[in-house]
Amino acid sequence: MWKRFSSNMGAMVGVVLLLAVIVVALTAPLLFPNGPWQMVQRPFLAPMAVDGLPLGTDTLGRNVAAQLAYGARVSLLVGLVSTLVALLIGVPLGALAGFYGSWVDEGAMRFTEFFQTIPNFALAIVLVAIFEPSLASITIAIAIVSWPPVARLVRAEVMSVRKREFVDAARLAGLTRPRILLTQVLPNTVSPIIVMASLMVATAILLESSLSFLGLGDPNAMSWGYMIGAARTVIRTSWWLSFFPGIAIVITVLALNLIGEGLNDAFNPHLSRRRARAGKEKA
Amino acid sequence: MSVFIVIVSRLAKAALTLLAIAILNFLLLHAAPGDPALVLAGEAGAADEQMIAQLRERFGLDQPFYVQLGKYVGSILQFDLGYSFRQGAPVSQLIMDRLPATLLLTLTAFVISLVFGIALGVGAAARVGRASDSLLTTLALLFYATPLYWLALMAVLVFSVWLGWLPGFGYETVGANLTGLARALDIGRHLVLPALTLGLFFMAVYMRMTRASMLEVSQLDFVKTARAKGLSDAVIRRRHILRNAILPVVTLAGLQAGQLVGGAVLTETVFAWPGIGRLMFESLAARDYNTILGVFLVSAAMVILFNIVTDIVYRIVDPRIGARA
Repeated sequence: MWKRFSSNMGAMVGVVLLLAVIVVALTAPLLFPNGPWQMVQRPFLAPMAVDGLPLGTDTLGRNVAAQLAYGARVSLLVGLVSTLVALLIGVPLGALAGFYGSWVDEGAMRFTEFFQTIPNFALAIVLVAIFEPSLASITIAIAIVSWPPVARLVRAEVMSVRKREFVDAARLAGLTRPRILLTQVLPNTVSPIIVMASLMVATAILLESSLSFLGLGDPNAMSWGYMIGAARTVIRTSWWLSFFPGIAIVITVLALNLIGEGLNDAFNPHLSRRRARAGKEKA
Repeated sequence: MSVFIVIVSRLAKAALTLLAIAILNFLLLHAAPGDPALVLAGEAGAADEQMIAQLRERFGLDQPFYVQLGKYVGSILQFDLGYSFRQGAPVSQLIMDRLPATLLLTLTAFVISLVFGIALGVGAAARVGRASDSLLTTLALLFYATPLYWLALMAVLVFSVWLGWLPGFGYETVGANLTGLARALDIGRHLVLPALTLGLFFMAVYMRMTRASMLEVSQLDFVKTARAKGLSDAVIRRRHILRNAILPVVTLAGLQAGQLVGGAVLTETVFAWPGIGRLMFESLAARDYNTILGVFLVSAAMVILFNIVTDIVYRIVDPRIGARA
């Protein structure tokens, strides 16, 4: 498994890029002890114009490099936590639907379908706008629009696993149905869930940045989307203010997508790359 | 099942979905922190006491919950989406004024992304493993990871600010008073950058799907038969593989319509495109919830419409589905 993953060049590039972003996020307070909000120089300084400010300053004279480093924390945190919350909603729902079938399945799938019909970015905007922007409301809004593909994936996996012989054996051995689901069926659905989750973190980071770009970011947290949104009106004179945060987003999202694909190939050497991706694009 | 029955059942389902979204909107308004009347009135100070009293009465905010819900859903059924105090006009009118621009943008982007995405996917699959395939796949991966709004800003920077080739702002040249063909051309020039940037992400998605689907179908037995018959590669690819490979792409494209509408909020914001996405952005800063929820409802309706259309097209293209359903 690890051998197949590590021999995939794209995946290893992804791991290196992601590790770099994680290191920057973790060391941000050491690198920039004054935080991302402090004004350090004249505003609109171009990159390299002054020593110690390799990426220049923003419209208020704040250090762009410091903002980028602190933005990494927000992106990774929101991406990770919102994916975990989405899994907490999607996995149980999909598992119950797939395992118990009949009306449970019918009801759960109608519910899922409804959420899939709603344009998910528009719903995220509405949720964050109504519950006031904060890291918590952004995370929960992203989770609410991201869980339906998880539920569908888990349902499909559970439906195929529960027909296997070892499940019948467990039933004969006298295990209760909830116990069979938890100890026999679900552990066998973990690998596709991991693949999907890694791709979901990438999508969540894009969603978070889009929300902050529209001015729906947490006002107390520096984020990449906010930086681009704030620099939008000065693009003609100060391109670097929106350029660098965008590159940071591309690198992080690309890294996660490469890792997700690498995991998928490593888990399913025969199935090529199709399954997890099709699942994701239904999102 | 005949196409007619399918359409009727789809429409019934669509109506139920919209009703559910209306109820969701109502619940959200009540979940918002603060007095619902103030929430409806938008930012504090935009409405005076009298207006708020009117709102209380109109929505029966002093009455039981289910009466309020009934009133709210009832007014939405009459396409009364409330009043925007911020803009000083009914929300439904604001939306109707802006809807054509959004439809023009999203439909153009949809067609561009589908046509070029499928064409590039077919091309990549035909050259699988070669340098041009790797290049296309890498580019698709890159666009797939690029934030839509950032790509839009960079396009403005390069093609509008630096090169000066295309306008990067607005729907038409302000004050030019063009008519007829000249006006259409002017709008077309303004449309190029927004439609391309909105379409690029989805082009990457469709390209990857088409490529994977083509490669999968080309492994099937009937392709071997066609090859054994001595047909040329080009004919096999066009008449045998593509026809089968394209169906899942069309289905997923229909499902993706929702993201296209959501993406319009970002694209319209960057390009000052006067559509409902830009309207939503303008309403966000003012916390004009009536307008935000109205745009949300209408964009959901657009998605449902997109889905029904793809579904019908799909049934016409592939008669086997009718027999199965």
